[in-house]
Amino acid sequence: MDGGLAILARLVETKGDALLTRWRELLLEAGASGGGRIKDAELQKQCREFLQALGTALNAGVDARGVAGPEFASARALLDEVSRSRAAQGFSPRETATFVFSLKGPLFEQLRDQFADDAVTVSNVGWEMSQLIDQLGLYTMEVFQRSREEVVRRQQEEIAELSTPVVKLWNGILALPLIGTLDSARTQVVMENLLQAIVDQSAELAIIDITGVPTVDTLVAQHLLKTIAAARLMGADCIISGIRPQIAQTMVHLGVELDVVSKATLADALALAFQRTGRTVVRKAAKG
Amino acid sequence: MDRIPILKLGSALLVSIQVDIHDQLARALEEDLSARIVATGARGVMIDISGLDVVDSFMGRMLDNIAAVSRLLDADTVVVGMRPAVAITLVELGLSLTGVKTALNVERGMALIGDGRYEALEDDRAAEGADDRDPG
Amino acid sequence: MIATRDETLAIRHSDDVVRVRQAVRGEAIAAGLGLVDQTKIVTAASELARNTLDYGLGGTARIETFTDAPRRGVRLTFEDHGPGIADLDQALTDGFTSGSGLGLGLSGARRLSNEFTIHSVVGEGTRVMIARWK
Repeated sequence: MDGGLAILARLVETKGDALLTRWRELLLEAGASGGGRIKDAELQKQCREFLQALGTALNAGVDARGVAGPEFASARALLDEVSRSRAAQGFSPRETATFVFSLKGPLFEQLRDQFADDAVTVSNVGWEMSQLIDQLGLYTMEVFQRSREEVVRRQQEEIAELSTPVVKLWNGILALPLIGTLDSARTQVVMENLLQAIVDQSAELAIIDITGVPTVDTLVAQHLLKTIAAARLMGADCIISGIRPQIAQTMVHLGVELDVVSKATLADALALAFQRTGRTVVRKAAKG
Repeated sequence: MDRIPILKLGSALLVSIQVDIHDQLARALEEDLSARIVATGARGVMIDISGLDVVDSFMGRMLDNIAAVSRLLDADTVVVGMRPAVAITLVELGLSLTGVKTALNVERGMALIGDGRYEALEDDRAAEGADDRDPG
Repeated sequence: MIATRDETLAIRHSDDVVRVRQAVRGEAIAAGLGLVDQTKIVTAASELARNTLDYGLGGTARIETFTDAPRRGVRLTFEDHGPGIADLDQALTDGFTSGSGLGLGLSGARRLSNEFTIHSVVGEGTRVMIARWK
């Protein structure tokens, strides 16, 4: 008698179409298309290619490394692609894992049909098949997890970049609109950027707007104060604007005294900056 | 012994520290400046430290001392051109140079010295005003 | 942890303090520290080198760069055989000085470093180790 894997290989080869049809049904049933995020044609293509790769791998023989071996290279490449694209499209882990695990059913059905009178073969080959699919499923999850982490890391970088612009409001007047939660590391980067921008643009006034900051803890408040002190040493003054009522209260409770000029809104701060630099804003007289 | 040159610019004295200096040189500068303020009747002292990549507590104390002595001799002290990394480090070190005025560059520093002296003059003429008052 | 570069400088005159600052700057750049981190460790080195000279009556500065994945940085060891420090807690307090300084030397150097250890025996000398990494 052939080894279990050879039987499986033949099964995949000869019953490919039946397997494919049944697998697709199960996938759709289980919601593995992610509520239509993957088109039916795309899903079919992925299934067909994976079955082919699986057949090739089984024919070549599985060594001790299991699915990590070279025979499974193309099957793994397909799963990589499937996992990554699903991670990027926001599929849940369950929806992603289902892709592989739902192949168990159809394989087992085919096995049972073929060896209807040989329970021992069915259970032996079935067990080997089950282990193989499990390994492939775990591999899929690992790739999925890594892809998610990659997505998170990239988003963090993007957020850090997006949220640290120093903008020029007027000649010699800069604004730093801070958005999001400030942790110690990020505050440091933001503050260094601000001080450099003060030098680059010869700005005598910088407005630090914290309207978009949900909370300020002692450490962040200290960073703010240090930045303001450093700016003063360089010859520039800072104005803080947009301190929310809750943050003001928290800071008082924490015992943080912000010994700085503070204005309610960015507009108020800009008005003060104009005044300090000897400018006035005048409304044009209405036309005649 | 080396000395850091002190330039006279209108009624102000200008010192530009361009290289890392050792402690004796810093002490000598402190003495020289006091003498020159009295000798020239200068109204302001400007110290350009844009060339310095380190200011430690010794140098910080020297700047504070110069400012205190100048004040007694009726002159303002303005430190100009401190680099961001130096400023961050000084704050971390615990030095805030509260007795010292600061400016981003020499031009602004001149205006600052002028502002305090010639309040009656228009702002934008203050810098030139300092030149007009050259006692020499 | 692997020490990648290692040199020792003598501290006998105030010129040597300048030399220590410059050597530390070079090593900090070699270790890949950013500008602010460089400035902090150089300033801390300057404070400690001056302490070694003024209070320790001269000594040595050992400058090492190290790699301790994922960290890379500079470690400095200042050693003297001066009178030593009797009360370390007091010496580490802002504003305390036994000499004519501002009393920010030790406490300031500690704030400017990621790691700070001090060992002092009265009559034998003082050893201060600081490190800064990225």
